[in-house]
Amino acid sequence: MSLAAYGHCLRGVVSRELLRFVHQRSRFVAALVRPLIWLFVFAAGFRMALGVAMTEPYQTYILYEVYIVPGLVGMIQLFNGMQSSLSMVYDREMGSMRVLLVSPFPRWYLLVCKLLAGTLVSIVQVYVFLVIAYLYGVKAPLMGYVLILPALVVTGFMVGALGMLLSSFVRQLENFAGIMNFVIFPMFFLSSALYPLWRIREGSYLVYQVAALNPFTYAVEMIRFAMYERFNGDATLIVVATTAVLLGLAILAYNPARGMMTRKAGAGAE
Amino acid sequence: MIRHIALGLAVGAIALMPVVAKAERIFVSNEKDNTVSVIDGESLEVVETIDVGRRPRAMVLGPDGNELFVAVGDDEAIDMIDLETLEVVRSQSAGEDPEVIRVDSERPYLYVSNEDDNIVSVIDYEQRTLVTEIPVGVEPEGLGISPDGKWLIATSETSSMAHIIDLEAMEAVHHRLVGARPRHVEFTHDGAEAWVSSEIGATVSILDMQDTYDIKHTIRFDVPGVPRETVQAVGVALTSDGRYGFVALGPSNRVAVIDQQTYEVLDYLLTGQRVWHLALNGDESRLYTTNGVSGDVTVIDVDGLEAIRSIPVGRFPWGVVVEP
Repeated sequence: MSLAAYGHCLRGVVSRELLRFVHQRSRFVAALVRPLIWLFVFAAGFRMALGVAMTEPYQTYILYEVYIVPGLVGMIQLFNGMQSSLSMVYDREMGSMRVLLVSPFPRWYLLVCKLLAGTLVSIVQVYVFLVIAYLYGVKAPLMGYVLILPALVVTGFMVGALGMLLSSFVRQLENFAGIMNFVIFPMFFLSSALYPLWRIREGSYLVYQVAALNPFTYAVEMIRFAMYERFNGDATLIVVATTAVLLGLAILAYNPARGMMTRKAGAGAE
Repeated sequence: MIRHIALGLAVGAIALMPVVAKAERIFVSNEKDNTVSVIDGESLEVVETIDVGRRPRAMVLGPDGNELFVAVGDDEAIDMIDLETLEVVRSQSAGEDPEVIRVDSERPYLYVSNEDDNIVSVIDYEQRTLVTEIPVGVEPEGLGISPDGKWLIATSETSSMAHIIDLEAMEAVHHRLVGARPRHVEFTHDGAEAWVSSEIGATVSILDMQDTYDIKHTIRFDVPGVPRETVQAVGVALTSDGRYGFVALGPSNRVAVIDQQTYEVLDYLLTGQRVWHLALNGDESRLYTTNGVSGDVTVIDVDGLEAIRSIPVGRFPWGVVVEP
């Protein structure tokens, strides 16, 4: 198969995902409202008005709303990655996934296209959020907004691959909501998104240890450093390695027929 | 021919530029470490730490720029640091608990506030003699000298007063009540006003120094989200172009930015903990703050009005001076 055909396939999957995103205005609004509530309400009420102690990559003291923004960027991508995977469960249940998978392209390629499409959607959301945060007064160096892009792509793939792996174990849409609660919230709260690791360590050593093992912590730190024109090698390495493992497992575990089979079996039993 | 000479001069000037250009140095007195940290203005890193007497606080550059005078309160002396060798070369006795010092630009005089004696000592640092003692209010602290060298203002913490001293007569001729616990005095560069900060009152009183010598305006501070009692006005720095006034607000960890003409507070900039004194650099593009509790110096970009860096120094940094 020619490279052009691969490109055509990628364009198709991406444009479908973008179209779906554009048409679902409520999803777009919800994706923005969530982090904005955190920024305007939570960070405002808990703003640590006397400043957050100096911590890398910041060169001086910052307000809490400045600290929390990279974590909220990670949160947008985490929710979007899971939502994108949720749509796969839906596609699978509705049968449209089968249509996609009967194409002559290898399954791994189709799944990567799907991940890329989801990641692009999340990046659009992130930049809209960052513009609002900028107008609110949370400003990073201008170059940081460019350097953050590769970090967003890697993070988008990581959380998307995690969602895909989870979706492969889910039989029905209803079960997925439960998994989201058990995955998204622990991943977000047990990370450096809301507090620096040293602060978590002061509060609870056990929570600190969990947060230090949480790959989402490293995704947030990678984004945070990139936003302030710094490169965090350790965090990037951990996020890339986690992405590779999750993606490999997701491709291996993905069974497009599972939802259909369940549906058919359910229909047969009636 | 003329073109060749002009070209030669231009090349010569360019070749000399790196030699003429001198990186600024920032000196910070560390009250608990008995040291003065030297920060390189380019790398913004501490490049040297100078041992001085006990409890160094206020500092001032000598009129010729070759020496730095440091008030070392617990040694009751002024240490003089040679800025070439960065060593204390001599020490001058300065009465009980010298805290704030100012230098006369015309005469070899140092003005020293002696907190425990309720006086301002005038010391001839060349002859190493005490010229006179000027009685002021209880617990004098802040000192400010007018650009023309005519006036010295001393503030007394407990009396909450600004004492306006005629430097010809060497006596206080006006006394004005200001906010509670006045800490610092800074004259505007045209000498028309003196800004007196009050720690407990959390105000800056603007004294008219041309006509009435009265308070013509009082600036108050209200940092959003910060408890009122943590807002304490201390160090003051004024740009020479009459654009900005900066006031360190102590434990609120903020520097207030004020329009020097309208006295309106334009912004509050976040610094390290318990920001105490301030200094502008030579071209007034940067403001340096000492942050006593967090033990660092915050660098503020004056044009952008934002903190760009905080540099760890010694324990309890108090005074800051920039070598022009």
